[in-house]
Amino acid sequence: MDTFLQQVINGLTLGCVYAVVALGYTMVYGIIQLINFAHGEVVMIGCMTAFSVIVALAGSGLPPIAIVLLGTSAAVPVCMIVGYVIERVAYRPLRNAPRLAPLITAIGVSIVLQHLALLVWSRNIIAFPQIIQLKLFRLGHSDTSAAISNVQVAVIVASVVMMAGLLLLVHRTKVGIAMRATSQNPLVAGLMGVDVNRVISFTFVVGAALGAVAGVMVGTYYGIAHYQMGFLLGLKAFSAAVLGGIGNLAGAVLGGILMGLIEALGAGYVGDFTNVCFLDKFLPGFSNACFASPESSLFGSNYKDVYAFIVLILVLVFRPSGLLGERVGDRA
Amino acid sequence: MSAEAPARRADAGTILEVEGLSKRFGGLVALSEVHFSIRRGEIYGLIGPNGAGKTTLFNVLTGIYRQDAGSIRFEGALLAHPTPDRIAALGIARTFQNIRLFANLSALENVMIGRHVRTHAGVVGAILRTRRTRAEEAAIERRARELLAYVGIEKRGNELARHLSYGDQRRLEIARSLATDPRLLALDEPAAGMNATEKLELRKLLGAIRADGTTLLIIEHDVRLVMGLCDRVLVLDYGRNIAEGEPRAIQRDPRVIEAYLGKAPERGAGA
Repeated sequence: MDTFLQQVINGLTLGCVYAVVALGYTMVYGIIQLINFAHGEVVMIGCMTAFSVIVALAGSGLPPIAIVLLGTSAAVPVCMIVGYVIERVAYRPLRNAPRLAPLITAIGVSIVLQHLALLVWSRNIIAFPQIIQLKLFRLGHSDTSAAISNVQVAVIVASVVMMAGLLLLVHRTKVGIAMRATSQNPLVAGLMGVDVNRVISFTFVVGAALGAVAGVMVGTYYGIAHYQMGFLLGLKAFSAAVLGGIGNLAGAVLGGILMGLIEALGAGYVGDFTNVCFLDKFLPGFSNACFASPESSLFGSNYKDVYAFIVLILVLVFRPSGLLGERVGDRA
Repeated sequence: MSAEAPARRADAGTILEVEGLSKRFGGLVALSEVHFSIRRGEIYGLIGPNGAGKTTLFNVLTGIYRQDAGSIRFEGALLAHPTPDRIAALGIARTFQNIRLFANLSALENVMIGRHVRTHAGVVGAILRTRRTRAEEAAIERRARELLAYVGIEKRGNELARHLSYGDQRRLEIARSLATDPRLLALDEPAAGMNATEKLELRKLLGAIRADGTTLLIIEHDVRLVMGLCDRVLVLDYGRNIAEGEPRAIQRDPRVIEAYLGKAPERGAGA
C-alpha cells in the first residue's frame, strides 16, 4: 500500500508537469491546428535559463526560494520571446500553406533550438545545484510510509495555480473569448474586429510562459538538465494532450495527470509483474533465468518511457479524438 | 443603436461608392465592372439569379477577397486592400448566407466578441486584471445583453449558439454584427430558411435598425421582402450590373425579367 501511495504521489507530481506542458501543445493546436513540435525545446530553454541564473546566484547568500523564483522569472520572459519569435518567423509565413509544411517546419525549429542550446550550454548533462533542502513529509507513522517532499508540494501547487489561471483567462476574459472565437473561425473573428495575428501570437506566448515554468519544475525535481531533454518530455506531453483530446484545455490537464500516473505506476509495478521468478510460477521456461538472476525483470522500471507511447498508440486506435475531445466534425 | 456622427464625410449623402469593381477566379469572371453607390440611411437591395456574384461582392467589400480592379470608397475614404478587422473598425459589418456563428460560444459571448473592435484593453490588462480592464469587460457584457434584447433573444444569452433555433441564430448573427457599431450593415440572405412569421419579425427588426441610423445593404431572394423593405435595388447577372432603381421599376424591367426567367416575348411575367 505504501508503495502504491508513493507511486501515486510521484505520478501526480510528474503528471502536473506533463499537464502544464501539454497545455502549451493543446492551446496552439486549438487555435491554428498546428502541432508545435518545438514546444518541448521551449521547455528545455526555460530549464536551461533558470539553471544559468541559479548557478550564478547560488553563492550569493540569497534565500534558496528567492534564487529559484529569480531563475523562474528570468526563464519566463526568455521563453515568451522564443515562443513569439518561433510563431512570427517560422509559422506565420506558412499559415495558409498545406498542413504538412508547418509540421515539418516545427520539427526543423525544434532541431535548431536544440543546437542553439547545445552551443550555449554545452552537450553535457548539467547538474542543477541542490540549493533547496529536500524535506519529506511522511504520510504515515513508520519510516517506510509514503512521503511527499517539499519540492513535490511546490510543483503540484504551482501547476494547479497556473492551470486554474489559464482556465480563467480563456473562459472569463475578453482576450479569452477572442482566443476561442479565433479557434472556431478565424475569418469571422477577423470580421468582428479581432486581430487574429495578435491572438495567435498571444497564444504562443502564454503557452511558452507555462512551458518555462514547467522547465524550471523539471530541473528542480530531477536535478539535471540536458539540451535534448525537451524531446522526450515534449513527446510525452504531446501524447498526454492527445490522450485528453487535443485542442481541449481540460483534456490536456486530465491527459497529463493520467500520463504521469501511468508512467509512475508502470515503473513501480510492471517490473514486479514481469520479474522472472514471478513469471516462473505461471509459465514454463523461466526457471533457469530465475535461478541465475532472481532480481531481473522482463520490463523493469527503465521501460517507464515506453508506457506513454503505448498509451498514445492505444488512444489513436480506439479513441482518436481523445478522452474529452469532440468529434472533428464539430469544429466545422 | 448609436447614431453618432461619422468621422469623415466627403459627400454627406453617400456612404458607399463602388466603381469598376472586377474579380475573377481563374477563367471565371465573378464580377465585371460593377458600380453603384449607397446613400446614407437607405436600405439598398442586391438581387440577381444564383451565381450572379452577389456574395463575391460582399466578400470583396469586407476584405475577404481582393478585387482585381476597381475602387471602393466608404464615407469618402478609399478602401485599399484592408484586412477584415480593419473593415470592421471602419464601420462595415456583415452576416453570412450560411450562418457563421461561433457555435461553441454562448450567444452572449458571440455578441461580446463583436465589441472587440470598439474596445481597447490589451492582453497585459487581461492578465493583471487592472481596474480599467474589468470595467471594460463589464461594459462589454452590458452592451451585449442590450443587443440580445434588441433583436429579441435576451433569454437565450447563456445557451451555446449551436443550440439556438435557426431563426434565433440569424438574429444572433445580426446582434453580433451590430455589436461592432457599424454604419453600414451588409446582410447576406437574412431571411433564408425563415417561415412567414419569422420573416415578418425580421422585417420589423431591419426597419428598426435603419431607423436607428444604420445603412443596410441586403442580398435577398424573397421578392416580397425586397420590394417591401428596400428603397433601391441593384440587379446583378453574370457579375454585371443589369438594372438599378426603385423596386417597382425594377420589377417591370425587361432585362431583369429576362435574367430571371429567360426571354419571354409573348407576355411579361413578374420576377
